Amino acid sequence: MGLENVIAEALPEVLTTRLDSLINWARKSSLWPATFGLACCAIEMMNVTSSRNDLARFGAEVFRASPRQADVMIVSGRVSRKMAPVLRRIYDQMPEPKWVISMGACATSGGVFDNYAIVQGVDKVVPVDVYIPGCPPRPEMLIHAVMMLQDKIMKESVRDRKDVPDQEAREAITPGTLPVTDGSTLRPGEKAQPLPYTIASTHEKRRSF
Amino acid sequence: MSAVANIPPQFEIVDQPLDSQMTLSMGPQHPSTHGVLRLELVLDGEMVVKATPDIGYLHTGMEKLFEYRKYQQGIVITDRMDYLNPLGNNLAYVMAVEKLLQIEIPERAQVIRVMMCELQRIASHLVWLGTHALDIGAMTVFFYCFREREKIMNLVEAASGGRLTPSYFRVGGLMMDLPAGFERRVQQFQTDFPQALDEFNTLVTGNRIFQKRTQGIGYISAEDAIDWGLSGPILRGSGVGLDIRRANPYTGYDKYDFEIPVEQDGDVWARYLVRMREMRESHKIVQQALSRLQPGRVKADAPKVVLPDREAMKTHMDALIHHFLLVAEGVDVPPGEVYHPIEASKGELGVYIKSTGGPKPARVHFRGPSFVNLSALPHMSRGCMVADIVAIIGSLDIVLGEIDR
Amino acid sequence: MPELQQPENSNPKSSERVVSQTPSQIAAALQREHPEWVAEVITALGETTVIVPRGHIVEACSFLKSTPGLEFNLLSDLCGFDRGPEEEPRFEVNYHLFSTTKYHRLRLKALLNEEDTHLSTVTAVWRTANWHERETYDLFGIIFDGHPDLRRILLPDDWQGHALRKDFPLRGYEPYSLT
Repeated sequence: MGLENVIAEALPEVLTTRLDSLINWARKSSLWPATFGLACCAIEMMNVTSSRNDLARFGAEVFRASPRQADVMIVSGRVSRKMAPVLRRIYDQMPEPKWVISMGACATSGGVFDNYAIVQGVDKVVPVDVYIPGCPPRPEMLIHAVMMLQDKIMKESVRDRKDVPDQEAREAITPGTLPVTDGSTLRPGEKAQPLPYTIASTHEKRRSF
Repeated sequence: MSAVANIPPQFEIVDQPLDSQMTLSMGPQHPSTHGVLRLELVLDGEMVVKATPDIGYLHTGMEKLFEYRKYQQGIVITDRMDYLNPLGNNLAYVMAVEKLLQIEIPERAQVIRVMMCELQRIASHLVWLGTHALDIGAMTVFFYCFREREKIMNLVEAASGGRLTPSYFRVGGLMMDLPAGFERRVQQFQTDFPQALDEFNTLVTGNRIFQKRTQGIGYISAEDAIDWGLSGPILRGSGVGLDIRRANPYTGYDKYDFEIPVEQDGDVWARYLVRMREMRESHKIVQQALSRLQPGRVKADAPKVVLPDREAMKTHMDALIHHFLLVAEGVDVPPGEVYHPIEASKGELGVYIKSTGGPKPARVHFRGPSFVNLSALPHMSRGCMVADIVAIIGSLDIVLGEIDR
Repeated sequence: MPELQQPENSNPKSSERVVSQTPSQIAAALQREHPEWVAEVITALGETTVIVPRGHIVEACSFLKSTPGLEFNLLSDLCGFDRGPEEEPRFEVNYHLFSTTKYHRLRLKALLNEEDTHLSTVTAVWRTANWHERETYDLFGIIFDGHPDLRRILLPDDWQGHALRKDFPLRGYEPYSLT
């Protein structure tokens, strides 16, 4: 959407709370997931879309097969090493605004499979917004996660999600060069290292939470 | 004109014949491939010249993980293999270990195992029907099937605590006995299910579009099917009446009265009919198992293998010691090797366990039926259209967790 | 009972098919008639294992498939096993044979040393061996001579090492991370 670019450039110092509320309400009410069902959690995701636990009433009506038409990527299942570059490429193909829900223990942290084949947590590959524990998580937990994501979306500012051309997004992140961005390895009093270059996707330097 | 002279090279129109064949990668993220499967299709227009599956996108290293876990701990890993039929995986693994240890299972445990496995078979076929029809275009059946499946998952959850990964069986019997009122709930499901099956038949079987999209597609003859190692509904759809429950019976299956549906056509339509009839047969078996349920033990009488009852553990010293040793050190399995096949919902699921003594296995290998069934896809899909590939994959009923392990 | 049962009582259609031999009798007959194909016969836990010297595996397999009365026309499984880096012979390759007409099962085993992990392919006998042998090559490094398409199937194509060998660590050599 060009609206964020226009607002960020034309109105740099203006508070946009009412506009934020409107746009965020529209975004959270029609979160269309990209189908990224990998393993057993995918079956629970299919259960969420079925008639007993209906995700469509929360706005996640259509599961888009093409990432170009999706807002949120629900990584459900274990990510193997062969699949990880594919996951990154699908994530890069999603246009801003985009969010990631990591569903299940395997996507969150490697799960039961602490071995050579499984990436220990999908946040080593893509930045994650909501983590869901469970093996597999109950459908109600996925609905709760979608609602948590909706609360998170409501608190964002519209400036944070400037759209970035594909080429720039692809070239900006060289695999293996990003430092650890979560604060869990920082000792008290330590600050995170400044990044030596800009990250094209503003997902990671969002100013509002 | 200067504009004409400045055309960048890739837009130049050159006089070259077009390559008529194109390689298309269908995949790993695709709504119709039932998981992370990648197909390399060599296409001539719309016709498929060659379809090569590329697997490994869900390789989890489970077989290596088994070697680092005790035998009882391996049961939870088996759930995640064929995640539509987890009780079948549990059963195969647990029965292979019981064969190594040579212990006998009490009658009630065997009957409950049969009942739960057949319920799981119905659940697995319901997912097959829902997703197969969804890929072909019939969306309504998907929701109906998952509604029925919720009922079965409620039953499995009542017995074991897990909807999709129950781990209900243990070496020597079951995790614990069925809860109170379980038989009544199963009976309730049994009375409702035939009507649901008739609904599915009304929605799908008589549908001319479905028939046109599945008849004559993906043909494989009986000799080729055996040569490619196929098993389960695919083999029975090609005219070979092989069912491991009859050929090498286990868990008392030889005492139950059921038919083996066989069709002669060998195409997608035949496999569809076989699986629909199999759901009815499983329904019959569950009814017989319900009538056979007698009160009794659910764990074998083998104190060095099976965990003792909680009450015994709290009051008797030897039970406490056994419990401690079993949990801390595991079962000491004598050296040997077994290969135990069962008839899972997708075909012959075989478990090969090799033990060199000790609490951890030396090698566990799962012969997944979907792995072998998928290897016949290039043979089945020569000369068909791209849209038929989707129908053939649906009829193979593959689960990538079992293929890639 | 956890044993696999013979099909006399269980299959209702077996009245016209006479079960002539059990697997252990088959193995004993094989040892008598073709002693160069059989190094050892082990009968345990209701199953029969025949250890075949690695040069004769294809002949033994095609004999077992095509002889009337034996008819092992389905190869259920082909898997490898690594005994460990200090054992000699190090690798075992197991062939699980099944007959769709007689319903009996047999296991053939070939033993390989660490230096010479070559074995002839049985893809000409059963086409299903194709993917099983690719998996065994991928996870153990056993090379099947004559295989039409021997490349990795489960692990990524540029993976170094063979994952199910006993000296390959469980967690691999380095964790995967883009961050």
